[in-house]
Amino acid sequence: MKKLKDTFQDIIRYPSAIVGLLIVLALIVFSIYTMITIPYKEAIYLWKGTEEVVYKNPRNAQPTWSNWFRKDKLPESIDVYAGEDESFTKEVTPREKGGNQIEFNYELDYNYNELPQDIFMYFTSNYTDRNPFIVITMITPSGEEIKVFDGGISQASNIRFGQEEKLLTRLIRLHGRDTETQSQLKGVIEGLFTKIGSYPPEMNKGKYVINVKATTFEEGSNVDAELVMHGTVFGLFGTDHMRRDLKVAIMWGAPIALAFGLTAALGTALISMFIAALGTWFGGWLDELIQRITEVNMVIPYLSILIMVGTFYSRSIWVLLLVTILLNIFSGSIKSQRAIFLQVRESTYIEAAKAYGTNDFRIITRYMIPRVIPMIIPGLVSAVPAYVFLEASLAILGLGDPTVPTWGKIINDARTYGALYQGMFYWILEPAVFLMITGLGFAMLGFALDRIFNPRLRGM
Amino acid sequence: MSVETNSQETSIEYAKRATRETAKRLARFFSIRLVLQIITIIIGVYITILVANMGGYVDTILKASIIEEVNMEVSAMVSEKDIPREMREQMVRDLVAERERLAGLDQPFIQRSFHHLWNGLTLNFGRARFMVSDHGSRMVRNIILERLPATLLLMGVSQLLLFFVTISLALAVSRHYGSTWDKIIVAMSPTSSIPPWFYGIFLILIFAAWLKVLPFSGMVDAPPPPTKLGYFLNVLKHLILPAGSLFISSFFINTYSWRTFFLIYSSEDYVDMAKAKGLGDRAIERRYILRPTLPSIITSFALLMVGIWTGATLTETIFNWPGLGTTIYTAISKYDTAVIVGTTIIQAYMLGITVFFLDFLYAIVDPRVKLGGGK
Repeated sequence: MKKLKDTFQDIIRYPSAIVGLLIVLALIVFSIYTMITIPYKEAIYLWKGTEEVVYKNPRNAQPTWSNWFRKDKLPESIDVYAGEDESFTKEVTPREKGGNQIEFNYELDYNYNELPQDIFMYFTSNYTDRNPFIVITMITPSGEEIKVFDGGISQASNIRFGQEEKLLTRLIRLHGRDTETQSQLKGVIEGLFTKIGSYPPEMNKGKYVINVKATTFEEGSNVDAELVMHGTVFGLFGTDHMRRDLKVAIMWGAPIALAFGLTAALGTALISMFIAALGTWFGGWLDELIQRITEVNMVIPYLSILIMVGTFYSRSIWVLLLVTILLNIFSGSIKSQRAIFLQVRESTYIEAAKAYGTNDFRIITRYMIPRVIPMIIPGLVSAVPAYVFLEASLAILGLGDPTVPTWGKIINDARTYGALYQGMFYWILEPAVFLMITGLGFAMLGFALDRIFNPRLRGM
Repeated sequence: MSVETNSQETSIEYAKRATRETAKRLARFFSIRLVLQIITIIIGVYITILVANMGGYVDTILKASIIEEVNMEVSAMVSEKDIPREMREQMVRDLVAERERLAGLDQPFIQRSFHHLWNGLTLNFGRARFMVSDHGSRMVRNIILERLPATLLLMGVSQLLLFFVTISLALAVSRHYGSTWDKIIVAMSPTSSIPPWFYGIFLILIFAAWLKVLPFSGMVDAPPPPTKLGYFLNVLKHLILPAGSLFISSFFINTYSWRTFFLIYSSEDYVDMAKAKGLGDRAIERRYILRPTLPSIITSFALLMVGIWTGATLTETIFNWPGLGTTIYTAISKYDTAVIVGTTIIQAYMLGITVFFLDFLYAIVDPRVKLGGGK
């Protein structure tokens, strides 16, 4: 206990150690928070990106905070339920012949220079025989009333403005462009949000109203509405090409990176320490064999072996973790551990232990290994980043676990879908920054520990 | 007088004999190392093949190439004659069975694995399923050998640069222990935990996507410049970012650890003695500090290079550099098993050669090998 306290006091003398320790602790807290708020199963479900999960998310949207650095703000995404927000009102008036007349009004202040990606309205209604009838109208700031949709709706329907063919025809007629000299409307959204008759298209800024009139034909039949607008910025982390919220993968990347890195580093260090202890204690052919294996292991291209395992057998992150550990047991660290054990073996207390007849197993586990543990800790901590990045490397080679959301997989997706070429830097930078912080945190802590436990390096 | 000449002669004789002895010892050392290294490589390749063939993949590669060969031969044989289809199929079946027996595919697993080992060692990797070399060959060996120079160029340039730059910088920094530069090197050394491909992404972001001064990826422009000089300069321009990221990622840790070596060695008594004798700084550095540390520096460099091979695969992929790393990446995405196995074996070879080469350097600079035969 006292030794632990001394070590701790040593650690706080090094500023880089404090920073490293804080980063590692922050990562652990972040991971625990992630695991509590988004359970593993849910994370995997969310990361599948099925329509009911991602319907609110625009495609390839920048994170919302990126607007702070822009003079020209990008449109934010909107998701409101009728009646829950004062901008989206719902009024119900009973009709004489039974049923209700329901009117929804949504006011949208649109002052951006960019078009939103799309607008959706989701309706839910209850009825037994006759389904409700709705009319959606959009009133632009300049006063035009444009009918978006009319027709019956079922229990659950959605209207996607961008895919209303009739609306597009109406808008094309309304804008009346001369197709010989001007290019045709690119879509409904451009038709709705630009000034009528302007060319090149000019944004029609100001207050839009989306008005929905729903008529139900039965007693107690009701309609509810949700409005979703896909802007071009979304959430804290933005979205990817499949409209998945990057938050899931960024958050879950932390526990997975930690689990992978720590297990691999701890597993290899402990196993190779034990093997080194056996080799040095028994010496002879065993020691010789261990050294030869280490030499062979140096020649084996271990990333390529991992690649083969990943392509031929299994892409499960845990299988790859196991293979990583196996391939790294006989790495360079076993050599340095052997050197330490050789010194320890010659100590007088070991000789004493031998003299009163302690058995081999006891000497190794109780007398030799405890002496060496503090010396391997720095190496262990410094090895964590390598494994964290290894997982990312495998993901970039396309060998990431298909179901698990990780930082490496975001980078891989971003690279494959041209984030670098198309200026979607957030997509690659967010996971990269997290990876970098993790790597640096462990590396700084490991470096400082190395100096503390290695008296020769003290003060250098 | 005569005695003097005599002793002079003997000393020359002695020196000559010593040189001969040294040469002999070196030769013996190298032949032993060479044999050991060859055995090591053989075992390494064998393990690679065992891993690959655990799911029968090497067998499948071999079978596929036999079937393709036989089909081609048979269709060439029968194209002129009028032979019924059934008979032709029978011919193919017989021939395939015969060839498979010759290739040892009917033998038990252990025997078969030695067969594969021989194929692997002689670089006889079979045919690729989808990938084609630039010259149109489907042989995995041709595909790989065509890509090897690109990898060697990238690795060679970055590693040589790294070795010499960091050694001289480490010497300079250790001379001014505690200076600002020294502190910067120490403070920056944890950044080397970040692998080269990661720096690559940032370098592409900065220099290609943002500043637009260097190319995103590849080794030459398409179409390549017509003149030899133009071609060379163009390759050089493409080389800057990938070699730069390999360089940056090891730069600080190398400088840091070598500077620490130098510091430890410069506190030895014999260095103080040399200082007391009034030797110049340069001479002390060269003869008393650099010389005894070189063996350990070379060992650490060997370990580093072995690690770098791993990083180079990813770096090549990120930069689309047409070397072995990119080959293995393409092979994964096309599921071209023969190429994956072949590339892995070639990498085992390259690693083995690297280790042997560094051993060679080690022996040359290590006085114990040269004089005492203490190893």
